[in-house]
Amino acid sequence: MPARFIAIWFRHLQTDWFTRRQPELREVPFVLAAPDHGRMKITAANIPAQAQGIDTGMAVADARALVPSLQVLDEVPGLSEKLLTALGHWCIRYTPVAAIDPPDGLILDISGCAHLWGGEIPYLEDIRSRLRDFGYDVRAAIADTIGAAWAVARYGRVTPVVPPYEQQAHLLPLPPAALRLDPEVLDRLHKLGLYQVGSFINMPRSALRRRFGQDLLQRLDQALGMEPEIRESLQRPEPYEERLPCLEPIMTATGITIALERLLEALCGRLQKEEKGLRNARLKCYRVDNEVQEVSIGTNRPSHNSRHLFKLFDQHISQIAPGLGIELFVLEASRVEAVSTAQEALWSRAGNLDDRMVAELIDRLTGKIGAGIVHRYLPDQHHWPERSFKQAPSLQESPDIAWRTDRPRPIRLLAEPALIEVSAPIPDYPPMLFRYKGELHRVKKADGPERIEREWWLETGAHRDYYCVEDEKGQRYWLFRLGHYDVDQPHQWFIHGFFA
Amino acid sequence: MPTTKADIIAQLQKDILLLQGHQPTLNNAAVDVGLGPLREAFPGGVFPTGHIHELISMSAEDAAATSGFLSGILGCLMQEGGICIWISTNRMIFPPALQHFGIAPDQVVFVDVSRDKDALWAMEEALKCNGLAAVVGELKEISFTASRRLQLAVEQSKVTGFVHRHQPRQLTSTTCVARWQITPLVSEQEERMPGPGFPSWQVALLKMRSGKPGTWRLTWYDNRFHTIREAITALPLTPLRKIG
Repeated sequence: MPARFIAIWFRHLQTDWFTRRQPELREVPFVLAAPDHGRMKITAANIPAQAQGIDTGMAVADARALVPSLQVLDEVPGLSEKLLTALGHWCIRYTPVAAIDPPDGLILDISGCAHLWGGEIPYLEDIRSRLRDFGYDVRAAIADTIGAAWAVARYGRVTPVVPPYEQQAHLLPLPPAALRLDPEVLDRLHKLGLYQVGSFINMPRSALRRRFGQDLLQRLDQALGMEPEIRESLQRPEPYEERLPCLEPIMTATGITIALERLLEALCGRLQKEEKGLRNARLKCYRVDNEVQEVSIGTNRPSHNSRHLFKLFDQHISQIAPGLGIELFVLEASRVEAVSTAQEALWSRAGNLDDRMVAELIDRLTGKIGAGIVHRYLPDQHHWPERSFKQAPSLQESPDIAWRTDRPRPIRLLAEPALIEVSAPIPDYPPMLFRYKGELHRVKKADGPERIEREWWLETGAHRDYYCVEDEKGQRYWLFRLGHYDVDQPHQWFIHGFFA
Repeated sequence: MPTTKADIIAQLQKDILLLQGHQPTLNNAAVDVGLGPLREAFPGGVFPTGHIHELISMSAEDAAATSGFLSGILGCLMQEGGICIWISTNRMIFPPALQHFGIAPDQVVFVDVSRDKDALWAMEEALKCNGLAAVVGELKEISFTASRRLQLAVEQSKVTGFVHRHQPRQLTSTTCVARWQITPLVSEQEERMPGPGFPSWQVALLKMRSGKPGTWRLTWYDNRFHTIREAITALPLTPLRKIG
């Protein structure tokens, strides 16, 4: 499902606002005017005025000649931005991502929102009718891209809801002005007789760029969804950051501790309210001499437990050099994730990996000794013993295949197979005796071979023939011979592990 | 009301254990670790969970046998999805093999540190956390003070701790509740089948607080311990020299 956008066009934004405030103006032709080069120029006209042939850009004197009863009001500077911002905030009830599109539009990102109103058509109808009830004359359209929604809202004649992936077909009959182009480019297109988007959309791109500039191609791509278009949302996400300025420079560990406690409490309070937890946090200490001291911590799972986070920071407080004193503490949560508040179990004998206490323990261990000391393993689909398990990326990950128990595997494995001296009957028998670390072992019982091929798509080399052997003392080993038996070459035997 | 002589003796034994400072394990927390024949060695006949056990191994082969025996006990402790923290200074455990001893290897969190000091600190932190089924520490030396710190942590949280000491320089006295030494035994194979049989060990309980030390021969199959019935000529256990 692609992203969906709705473009709302307020056809008479400013005059509608005046009509809302002064209902008696509804039937009266009136215009808004602002001084321009020593004369009054019309900047907005309402519907009755437009019906009598008055449009923006005319001089007030000319309009008065046409309609003697015309009312002229002074334009309020910056009104349209103010109105759009307020309307954008009002629209946040429909979607969290609303952006203004000056001078007379709003863009809402409605991906995944429309179904709450029972589909896109009732959704659009709801927005439109409520804005009309306010007294605004609006047109709106839904499409996959901002460009297409904008075009259909202003110039579309067929349907306001463009189905997913069909924006190209809906753009073809529209005039070039629907692509949000500069007036000069529009003028040139018009002179060349290109009255519809469809008449030039399939022209070679190099020709279009040469004649009309890169801007035309960019607008076209944006409307078709081949180039992303980003609008800044009105409601910007607040960064998770707390600041604590100090009246006197702080130089002691106790002072830093108190500052940290306060910052954590404030931050955790906010995180708790928003049901979020932090994964990474950084404490920045701004010193009097413009130096910045930084310590950071990480957690295994999102946490808003201020005591636990304090413990993690506490291990690093000694690394902060206060110098001449710290005047500002800033605590920022660089990575924040949603936390699921599970119901506390009343009684459990042994915890599980979802347990908060276990996660906090591991945070403490990694915080003190260093990252990369905690390992958890999941089965992997390889026969090669060293690759038969893989590191789990998180504590919560569960194995997607079962652990194999059909083959004997030693409980302790050497990190590197060690070369041993053996005397073995040829060609495929287990050794009769072998010498490992200077000690001679006589093999009494043996099992094998279990041939494990090297995975040629990962590495090259000879296969291994594994034998489980037991010596006269009952000590059990995992030995292997590298490669095939060959008369000419002495074959290599290795010890790889110890069975329990 | 205890009436028979045996009842009276059992009651008296219980009372003596309490006087000796042994904390009885609560009935609902008692875990059958499957060490059936060893039961008479334990105080009150229950494997002491919530304590520190010390396991000694002198060679690489002994270490493997010890790891196997330890994994068998852990498998019983970690039922119901419990998790275990396995702290080691020189880890050789092959995780997929733990499945043979009834442990889901993904339920074990391995912590690799380079120094004994860090391992002991990590063990103490882990033992304080009562969300765990067991904590295993593989290290070389543990001092009396360090073992006491672990014991204090365990008394709060009731987590079972295992300290596997590989080739310790000397056997110092510790506060651990038990000291085990496990050595491999020649495996038996039924009906003269070829190949090595099930893992078999000579389990020596060198020290047991309020219990009876002894030596047993155990084997592991069907996901539990079994005693080896037939008399096998057990190798004489090399006596450990105790210093200090």
